[in-house]
Formats: sequence, structure tokens, C-alpha cells
Amino acid sequence: MAKYFFKRILIAVPVLIGVAFITFMMLNVVPGDPITVMMREHVKPDVIENLRKTMHLDDPAIIRFLRFLGDALRGNFGISYKLSRPVTDLIVQAFPVTIKLASTAAIISWIIGIPIGIISAIRQSTIIDQMFMGFALFGVSMPVFLIGLLGQYTFSYKLGWLPVSGFESWKQLVMPALVLGWNSAGTIARLTRSNLLEAMKNDYIRTARAKGLKETGVVVGHALKNSLLPVITIMAIQIASLLSGSVITESIFGIPGIGRLSVDAIQGRDMPLLQGSVVFATALIIFGNICADMLYSLVDPRIRVE
Amino acid sequence: MSEMSNEQFLLKINNIKTHFFTKRGIVPAVDGVTIEIPYGKIIGIVGESGCGKSVTSLSVLGLLQRPGKTVEGSIEFNGRNLLQLNKAQMRKLRGNEISMIFQEPMTSLNPVYTVGKQVSEAITIHENISKEEAKSKVIEIFKNVGIPEAEKRFNAYPHQLSGGLRQRVMIGMAMSCSPKLLIADEPTTALDVTIEAQILHLMRELRDKNHTSIMMITHNLGVVAEICDYVYVMYAGKVMEQTDINELFEKPCHPYTEGLMRSIPRIHSKNTRLYSIKGVVPNLLKLPKGCRFSPRCDKATKKCFTQEPELYKIDNNHSVRCFLYENGVR
Amino acid sequence: MSECTETVTEIEEYDIESEIAENDNIFYKIKNMIRTNKVAAISGLLIIFIIIVAIFAPVFAPHDPYAIDLLSRLKGPSAEHLLGTDELGRDVLSRIIYGSRVSLFVGLVPTLLSMIIGTVLGLISGYFGGKIDFVIMRLADVVLAFPSLLLAMVIMYTLGASTFNLFIALTIINWAGTARVVRSQAMSLKEKEFIEAAKSIGVKDSVIMFKHLLPNCLPSLIVLFTTNIPGAILSEANLSFLGVGAQPPEASWGLMVNNGKKFLFTNPIVALAPGIAILIIVLTFNFLGDGLRDAIDPYMKE
Repeated sequence: MAKYFFKRILIAVPVLIGVAFITFMMLNVVPGDPITVMMREHVKPDVIENLRKTMHLDDPAIIRFLRFLGDALRGNFGISYKLSRPVTDLIVQAFPVTIKLASTAAIISWIIGIPIGIISAIRQSTIIDQMFMGFALFGVSMPVFLIGLLGQYTFSYKLGWLPVSGFESWKQLVMPALVLGWNSAGTIARLTRSNLLEAMKNDYIRTARAKGLKETGVVVGHALKNSLLPVITIMAIQIASLLSGSVITESIFGIPGIGRLSVDAIQGRDMPLLQGSVVFATALIIFGNICADMLYSLVDPRIRVE
Repeated sequence: MSEMSNEQFLLKINNIKTHFFTKRGIVPAVDGVTIEIPYGKIIGIVGESGCGKSVTSLSVLGLLQRPGKTVEGSIEFNGRNLLQLNKAQMRKLRGNEISMIFQEPMTSLNPVYTVGKQVSEAITIHENISKEEAKSKVIEIFKNVGIPEAEKRFNAYPHQLSGGLRQRVMIGMAMSCSPKLLIADEPTTALDVTIEAQILHLMRELRDKNHTSIMMITHNLGVVAEICDYVYVMYAGKVMEQTDINELFEKPCHPYTEGLMRSIPRIHSKNTRLYSIKGVVPNLLKLPKGCRFSPRCDKATKKCFTQEPELYKIDNNHSVRCFLYENGVR
Repeated sequence: MSECTETVTEIEEYDIESEIAENDNIFYKIKNMIRTNKVAAISGLLIIFIIIVAIFAPVFAPHDPYAIDLLSRLKGPSAEHLLGTDELGRDVLSRIIYGSRVSLFVGLVPTLLSMIIGTVLGLISGYFGGKIDFVIMRLADVVLAFPSLLLAMVIMYTLGASTFNLFIALTIINWAGTARVVRSQAMSLKEKEFIEAAKSIGVKDSVIMFKHLLPNCLPSLIVLFTTNIPGAILSEANLSFLGVGAQPPEASWGLMVNNGKKFLFTNPIVALAPGIAILIIVLTFNFLGDGLRDAIDPYMKE
């Protein structure tokens, strides 16, 4: 099994380098000199010339990429044009915020999504199933910003229960996490249902029934454990969608996380910051996928016992 | 067989009809089948896939899922009509008095639990005993069904066992509560020939020891010859011929049974080409008029295409659904 | 509850023999879906309605969506302006009607483009295998590793924010998923006898790929197309909401929500109405996509 993971990580490395390469190349072919962005127009030509040299802007792109890669490996993503602080510091500051938001949202999505998926599968093709699945599709179809704005309007403005924005107290965490979790819950519910229905088709379900087990025992004891295995894989996929969703959520609620950082970077045309946060976020997803794989193999005896 | 009195039968399936209510129409998968199983005997049910043999067995256990439903007839088990029992009463019987083993021992066992746990579960559902007692009982059962190193195998997962051992586990699970009736649905089809012989031997041994009746569902006449006392041949939802085992091989009467016999490969046969019955199993939604075997039958007459034959008795223990035997004898 | 496999396989066997011709026809399946799946059928009708509204937007819109009237800024709903006016006095309803053009265009065009690219690359990858397969699939891995919204943001940063560049960005982020599906189908199909036979009589590779493999992938592609559309519409909405997609004064729903959110507490309809329009269009496409998947390709994984 150790060999399997070694291989898994070995595959992840080139993917990550590819991600860094694509990001770097795209952001560095952009017209518009970073120095103009930093200094506006009021700079003397020789100052620009000097800066170009110190920033190695005249080197070939591939050399600059390798330099970026080397620096990134040492935890150096450069200096933010706008904020004049190391990008790494900014990310390290924003990272826990995003993790807190995304993990709370993930837990909310499981609490809502998994039971709905199970009930729908057990009551397949009944009114309950159709209602729940309609509800889930509703969740999937709703743009995150619409849920966010509806939440702000109802709970902050009309009812006054929760603050509009910020991220200092738990009260400020509630709404963004619910907004992000709601969006994910639909996907989780749909996938739990389809996995459970798939598991219910297995021969061992018939064996369990033939033993004289009650229907709930059949579902909970035999089908569910098998169908929750793929849900682990889904959770890995969820990391990516939660990160995408947190870009929107953070910008609506003014939460200082990675998503907000990257939106600020775009709006301020702050290339190193955007580059750093995108590469970092993608690395996080790849790492999350490896973790999910490990967890999967720990839970599934077919892999574990080999 | 029908000469015997009622008390000799453990199970009497009486003219049942099991239909599937699909979007395209009603599929009469079992269309008026009567099967009687005496105490301590092994009864074979033979036919091609789709003839309704598996559906008949699932009807007995009440394991049919929507859209299937037994709409007519009665299933008398030990004097009770199973079709009138409620869900809880049915569950008490299942795995306890009637148990079943299936064709594919790999997929019939849950891959995420140890085999020991799965067999213990079958016991603890019906008997109020502790975990430790169940465990020692399971190990005892494993020894009885010939699983070597039973203690060690208790903690094995299904994928760690060979096909033969898995089927032994399934049989052990089925026998764990000493059922009166064991339904075996193609129990050896997925196994090697040598393993098949061992498993059949084991089943016969269990029958002799516990006096369990066995309903053996198979398409393999070799298995029938090996183990069965009496045989029902089914085709497209109906019993075509029923006879005891010797008569079946000596004097098969129905053209369909004859066809099945001729399609068995034989070492000493002069014919190099293997016989196969022409045509395919009919679509149950569009059954032919008259005898349902008529389109594939070599001996079909005009009558066969217009009228449905009944089951004609030609001997004490032998009935045939064919107009050739309308007057009793050949 | 699901059926016992044993009984189901028996039933299926009868069907397969006699009704394969009927069943294999996509149009038959779609017709069957329209008959049995009411929700999907109604969604289909709604989509047709939205398309008609988008095409004939000038007919349906009561006002010029770009006409600024600073004297009637942020007015609530009235007979004159059914959904009120925005911060520049433009009629919200008219802007929503015109906005359907952006959403539909962004839903259909980049999805179609990305699927064409994904299909070609997937066919090449699956059919030829080897090095070219390795290269294409590693590229797909990289694209799929990104959180799609962040990759789109990077592309928009490079190209600059505009509706046309949105098309490019959405095409780039979406081809990889299609390529993977088509590749796996092509790989399993190329082992089939009819492909082997075609190869053995010297049929050209391109002919095998497009005449033999492609038609067999078509059912999955149709399903994939309808299920990709809502994703593309949502991506456009998200990007425009963040200000890196469509640019003012374009009537894009995401952009309208972005402009309207400043007045959420005083005049919520300006932000919420276009948001709900997005919800409706995405929901109808999702219902239709689900219905098509169940009807055409029930074994396709989500």
C-alpha cells in the first residue's frame, strides 16, 4: 500500500508543476508592464530600467518560470505589487480563514445532504424522493451569490439575527458557511442517493434479506457502508467546488480568505498575489485528493487487507 | 408423486402466478406452477434462463421486489400459506426455516464485512445468543461445511477466499439455523467442475444429516443427475414435465426435455456436432398461441399452434405437458 | 427500492431480444422521456420559451435596456416599470430580457466549442493511445486540477474582461471533462469487433474515429452537453458578478446582481430579480439534463 501512495504522490508532482507552469505563463504574457501597475505613470525611464533588471523581467520566460518554481519550493511567492508584502505571508494569513469557512460549510453540507440522499434512496420514486431531489437540484442550481444576498437581506436586514459581513465572531461565520454549505448539500444528496441505489442492486443485499434481516437493517447495515465509500471520493471533489464557492462567498461577506485575496489581486492587477493564491489553492486540492485516497483505502477492506 | 398424502410435503407450491408489472405490459414470469417438495428430498427445477425458475424460488421466500408480485395461488409451507403471512412473520421464516444460497458467492457476500460476521449475523437475527456464543457456533459450522482453519477464516474478508470456500461460507450461512428447506439457486454454476462435485457432495451430506429438503435450481442436467431425487422441467413460466430422476434420463418424454438431454456433451457420442434446440426463449410479453414451446418444437402439429396442452399424467410419478401424451401413453 | 438483480436480468433478457431496434433510437428515447417525465418536458418547453424571448428581445422588452434616465433612479415596481429601475434609471425587466441573450449564448456556444475540442482530443487519445494519449490526458489532469473559477479568473486576467473573452475562458476550462468521457468510451469501443474489422480492411484512422467511434459516443455527448450548459451559465454569472466577466453597460445577469448588491437593503429587487432569472434558467437546464440522462444513458456517472 505504501508503494501505491508513493506512486500516487509521484503522479501529483508533475500535475502541480503543470498547474504552476500554466498559471505562470498565462499571467506573464499579459500585456501591461507590472511596473506601470506598481508605480503608475509618474516614473522616470531609468528607474523603470533598473527595476526591470532587479526583477529579471528581461530574461526568457522559461528561465523566469524555473526561478519562480525554485522560489515557490522554498516558500517564496514574491512580493505583492499592491500591498508590498510577501505573498506567502498574505496566504498564510488568509489560509486558516478559508479552511475554517470551507470545513464548516462541508460539515453543514454532509449534515443536510447525506440524510436527504439516504431517505430519497429508501423511498425511491415516491413523493418524498421527488420532493427531496427537486430540492437538491434547486440547491445545485442556485448561484452562490444569490443565496448569499438572500441571506443577507433576510437574516441581517429584515430579521437582524446575523451580521452582514466580517469574520471575527462565530456569528459572522454562520451565514457564509450556510450559504456555501447549502450549495454543496445538493450535490452530496444527489450522489449519496445514486450510490445507495447502486449498492442496493448488489447480490449481497438479497443475501441480507434472505437471512431475515429487517429492511432498515439491510439498508443501514449492508448498503450504506458500501455506498459511503464513494462519498469519500466525492468529498475530495467537494474541496475544489468549495474553494470556487468560497471566492464568491468571501467577496460577498468581506471575509479575508484566499478567495477574497485572489479577487482583490485581479481587481488590483496584482500578478504575484494572484499567481500565489491560485497555485496554492490548486496544491491544496491535489493534496486533498491524495488524503481522500488514503482515507478510502483505510476504510475499504478490499484495499486495506492486500 | 401426487399419490402421496399431503403430510409428506414440506412445501406445496400450488398453481402460483407471479407477474411483473412493467411499463411495456404484464410479464407472466411464473404462469401457474405447481411444485411439491417432500421432507428430506432434493427436488430439481431445470430450465433455460428466463424460464421462471428463479422467480419461483424468490416467490417462496417473499423476496420479490417491485414490479414483481405473486397474484394467484398458494404456497403452503408446513401447513401455513406463506402468501398470507405479513412482513414480520415472513422475516422470521427467512434464514431460519427457509434459507437460500445464490449463484455468485463473490457478489452474494458483502465485501466490507468479514465472513464470520456475516454468518454470525444470520444466527443472531433468529437466536438470542451472545456474540461469543455466535462466534463459536460459526466456527463449528465452518468446520461442518469443510472450511479448513475455521478460526482463522472467521476473520477473513470475502475477497481473501477462493470461490469454493466462499460458496461453503454461503452454505454454512444458509444452514446456520438448521432450516427445513434450503433453496439453492445455481449454487455451482460459478465454480470449477471439481469444486462443483465437492459442493454437491456437501449438500447431499447435509441433507442426510439434518433431513433438510432442498430445492435445487439449475440449468445443468449433470447437477440434476448428481444430486436430485425428482425433477421439474420448466419452460417460459410453466412446468413442462415432472418425473423422478431415473425416468428423466431413461425416458424423457417432452420434446423440450429431449432437446435438453441431447444438448448435453457426451464423450462417447458418435455425433461430433452438439445438438441445440432451435430458436430462442420466447418473449413473455408476446407468447405464441397454443403450446409455448411449439415454435421451437420438431414434433409440433397443427393443434400445438392453436391450443394449450395441459399436464397429462402418464405414470404415477410422471406428467408431461404435451399433446403427444394426451391419452396417457406414448 | 431497487429490484433483485436476478429477477431483473431475467426480465431484461426478453426485452433485449425483441426490442433492441426500438430502444437504440435516441429519438425514441427522447420521445419516451417527454411522455413519461413531465418535469423534464416542462423544462424543455420553458427553455424554448426563453430562447424565443432572447431572440425577439426587442419585441418583448417594454423599454430600451440601455436608456439611462437619471430622474427615475431606483424606482420600485410600477405599471411603467414592472420590476422597477436600476441605479441609472434603466428598466430592470428589459435588462433581464436582454440578459437572457448573454446567458443563453454563454451556455450554448462555449459549451459546444469545448465539447468539440474535448471530443476530438478524447477520440485521438482513446483511439491511438500511447504517447499522444499520455500528453493529452496529463494536460486534462492539469486543467481539471484547478478550481474552475480560479482558472477562469486567471484567463480573464490575461485576456482582459469582456464577453468574448468569457467564451474563450469557458471553452478552455470545460474541454477536459468531455475529453475524459470520450476517451474512455473510445477505448472500450476500439476493442469491439466492428472496429477491428474496419481496421483490418484498411479503413483510414480518421474515418474510423469519426464515422464509427463518434456515433457510438453520441448519446453520452448529448447528455453531457445538456448537463454542461448550466455549469457554463453559472460560471459566467460568477465571473460577471466578480467584475471580471461581462462589462458595463452590458445587460448580463451576473453583472446586474453585482451592480444591484449595493442597493440590496433599499431596493432588493434590482439585485435579486436577475439572480432569480439565473436560478430559473439553470434549474430548467438541470431538470432537462437529468431527464435526458435517465432516458438516454442511465449508467453515466455524475
